[in-house]
Amino acid sequence: MNSKYTISMYLLKARTFIALLAVILFFSFMVSNYFTVSNLLIMTQHVAITGLIAIGMTLVILTAGIDLSVGSVVGLGGMIAGLLITKGLPVGDSIVFFNIIEVILIVMVFGGLVGLLNGIIITKFMVAPFICTLGMLYVGRGSALLVNNGSTFPNLTGFEALGNTGFAFLGSGTVLGIYLPIWIMVIVTIIAVYITTKTPLGRYIYAIGCNENGARLAGVPVIKTKLFVYIFSGVCSAIVGLILASQLLTSHPMTGNMFEMDAIGATALGGTSLAGGRGKVLGSIIGAFVIVFLADGMVMMGVSNFWQMVIKGIVIIAAVIIDQMQENLQHKVVLMSRTAEANAAAAAAK
Amino acid sequence: MEEKYNEDVILETVNATRVYPGVTALKSVNYKVFRNKVNVLIGENGAGKSTMMRLLAGVEQPSSGDVLMNGKKVHFNSTLDAEAHGIAIIFQELNLFPNMSVMDNIFIAHEHFKKGSIDNKEQYKIAKELLTDLGLNIDPYTQLSDLGVGHRQMVEIARAMSKNAKVLIMDEPTSALSQQEVQTLFKVIRKLKSDGVTIIYISHRLEELMEIGDCISIFRDGCFIDAKERKDASIPWIIEQMVGSKKKQFDYSKAEYGDVVLEVKDLCALRQTGGYLLNHVSFNLRQGEVIGIYGLLGAGRTELFNAITGNLEYQNGSVLLNGKAIDHLRYQLRLQEGIAFVPEDRAKEGVISLMSIKDNMMLSYYCLIPFIKALKPCSVKEEKEKVSAAIEKLSIKVGGVHLPITSLSGGNQQKVVLGKELMINPKVILLDEPTRGIDVGAKADVYRQIGMMAKQGLAVVFSSSELDEVMALSDRVMVMASGKIAADFTREEADKEKIIRASTPV
Repeated sequence: MNSKYTISMYLLKARTFIALLAVILFFSFMVSNYFTVSNLLIMTQHVAITGLIAIGMTLVILTAGIDLSVGSVVGLGGMIAGLLITKGLPVGDSIVFFNIIEVILIVMVFGGLVGLLNGIIITKFMVAPFICTLGMLYVGRGSALLVNNGSTFPNLTGFEALGNTGFAFLGSGTVLGIYLPIWIMVIVTIIAVYITTKTPLGRYIYAIGCNENGARLAGVPVIKTKLFVYIFSGVCSAIVGLILASQLLTSHPMTGNMFEMDAIGATALGGTSLAGGRGKVLGSIIGAFVIVFLADGMVMMGVSNFWQMVIKGIVIIAAVIIDQMQENLQHKVVLMSRTAEANAAAAAAK
Repeated sequence: MEEKYNEDVILETVNATRVYPGVTALKSVNYKVFRNKVNVLIGENGAGKSTMMRLLAGVEQPSSGDVLMNGKKVHFNSTLDAEAHGIAIIFQELNLFPNMSVMDNIFIAHEHFKKGSIDNKEQYKIAKELLTDLGLNIDPYTQLSDLGVGHRQMVEIARAMSKNAKVLIMDEPTSALSQQEVQTLFKVIRKLKSDGVTIIYISHRLEELMEIGDCISIFRDGCFIDAKERKDASIPWIIEQMVGSKKKQFDYSKAEYGDVVLEVKDLCALRQTGGYLLNHVSFNLRQGEVIGIYGLLGAGRTELFNAITGNLEYQNGSVLLNGKAIDHLRYQLRLQEGIAFVPEDRAKEGVISLMSIKDNMMLSYYCLIPFIKALKPCSVKEEKEKVSAAIEKLSIKVGGVHLPITSLSGGNQQKVVLGKELMINPKVILLDEPTRGIDVGAKADVYRQIGMMAKQGLAVVFSSSELDEVMALSDRVMVMASGKIAADFTREEADKEKIIRASTPV
């Protein structure tokens, strides 16, 4: 008797993918050059920005946390890259310049440190993730503005003499005809999928999000796991900061403003429960595709900026409503079979 | 069996069944509540009493079957529906708001209004009267958090009374009350009865039931067993019906004892609201020994387990594993030292409900590795071997190990939890109510497993609210009451009546 729910169940589970197909189909008809290889590549490059942040966000949300500081880390990461490339790091009386690889590593480590700080405040000082990372959002943005007194670092081409040229490749270079940021997104996605599905750490993450106390009683290292996800999220954001600075060859202190919202939206769209414990990294990537393809399509159609925001919001809310419907259906099906079992047992007893 | 409508019955259930995912709490129960009587309900923990009360009070709805009031079918969608029919309930867990005043607690959700805003004067007057009736001299403006547990219980009763209930359900109202407060409560109950109120009363204190009850009903394993008028009932009869006469299916054989593994010395833990959670608890446990702890709800069994495993801070005393003090270790490290723990609340603490059977079972095993190795992939082959071995050993009925754990019945879920703990090869295993809410077949498997663990040299401590279970499985029976070890019997000394009497708090 559950068979009548099977089809609706499959449709509900594939909802994000169906939404993506619907978006592509709709804009392909409405906008003449939407469905072309070059446009799809450009849009996918945009997806990489939202997607990379969404991957880190997904790991955090899976533990029933949240990271609002990602957008600020994007801005701050870009500013630090700009500072290191154009002004170098003053050590004592001299100024040290790093090559591009070192700059990238330093910024990534820095993003990880911000995440570590978030994690320590949340686990050791028991501050709610929302509040802690909200505070960090302000601290990060303020620091980004302080780095160069509110100004940008233009012209990050580097100097031949200092050996730090070639920054542009990170954001605009191509490998096998595909933009590097897309490759980075693919690699980070593979890493995150591997962690969440194949390793004990992945089990810890899901267990904590579903039932933190139960996980602790099973022996899960709750604190270390949480530190890990916030560090991971910080590193992802720092990478995005580097990519954006590289694409424009400029680091602007307000870069990444409100990025946390798109990342959370993509994660929710992809079926990850904000209550934790349920969701998939790949779902969030598809969610990022939906959000970005929708936004870019609307831009190409000439939809006003104001309507874009309204529509994006509606799509996110609708996604979560459908998510709840799937949950309720699942619960109902389980209870129905349980009641049938109990009644059968009672009948057999008589 | 068509029965004609009985004038004396105010409330009844017909074939009421209540199913939770994993557990059937009530099995086709026909229960009658008699008008203007004190209807007493008794049964072991998990017998289905509280579930029955929740159905009658509209907190939950039966999965199938009906609730009848005055012979007519009624459907309560919420407690407000039930209240509209004159049914009020006092919950076992106090349902109060410590951040609000006594008066606001009494009138919450049915405030008195005057010109659209809350009429504090009127509420104050009524609250004062109610409290005086209950023998309490408290100002209604007192913040609830300033009151002790006993007084809070009285406030809850005042709230129910303020609703002018015709039927008043009390789920273990005296568990936190002192002897004097109990007598006040009985006075109130008698007064309510003379005002025409029907009372449903749940308690574990037998003497109390015989004092206040008019009609005594007994529940066991989600079924209604029998009911008698007080004058026909006796305490031995109640115990017999509660526990059941059938012996539990279990072949006991004593395992060889080894060295002392676990020593608990003079543990004391204080309660935040005053008094002891654990009151100077000491005992030793040997390899191969099975200790069964019997006690009522709140007797301190869970607290004892939590103290041993490092979940509960204790102010005095020490826990030794193989002669070494482990007081400085926190929970996870004690687990790694070999103290395994199966918590009481399977749904909330035992299983990770969103994860698969296999992932649940392997969880603790993976927690023994250093964190850096948690990034190495899980070995599919190793997992398969370990999980299928455990499934066979514990005879778990599964459709597939990748299915969600919630697809299993309660008994099989519990066996998965047990398997999870055995994965770490523990030295000591603590089981808090391991058979709560699981069916008879699964219980037998759990018993068998306890026997096997002891034979393999594991030291086992388990708690249970089922007396015959404790007596059938244990080498030693410890009885806890009010945070103390009230009695410690060898298997030979243990006797139903002695145990129940020792477990009754004074």
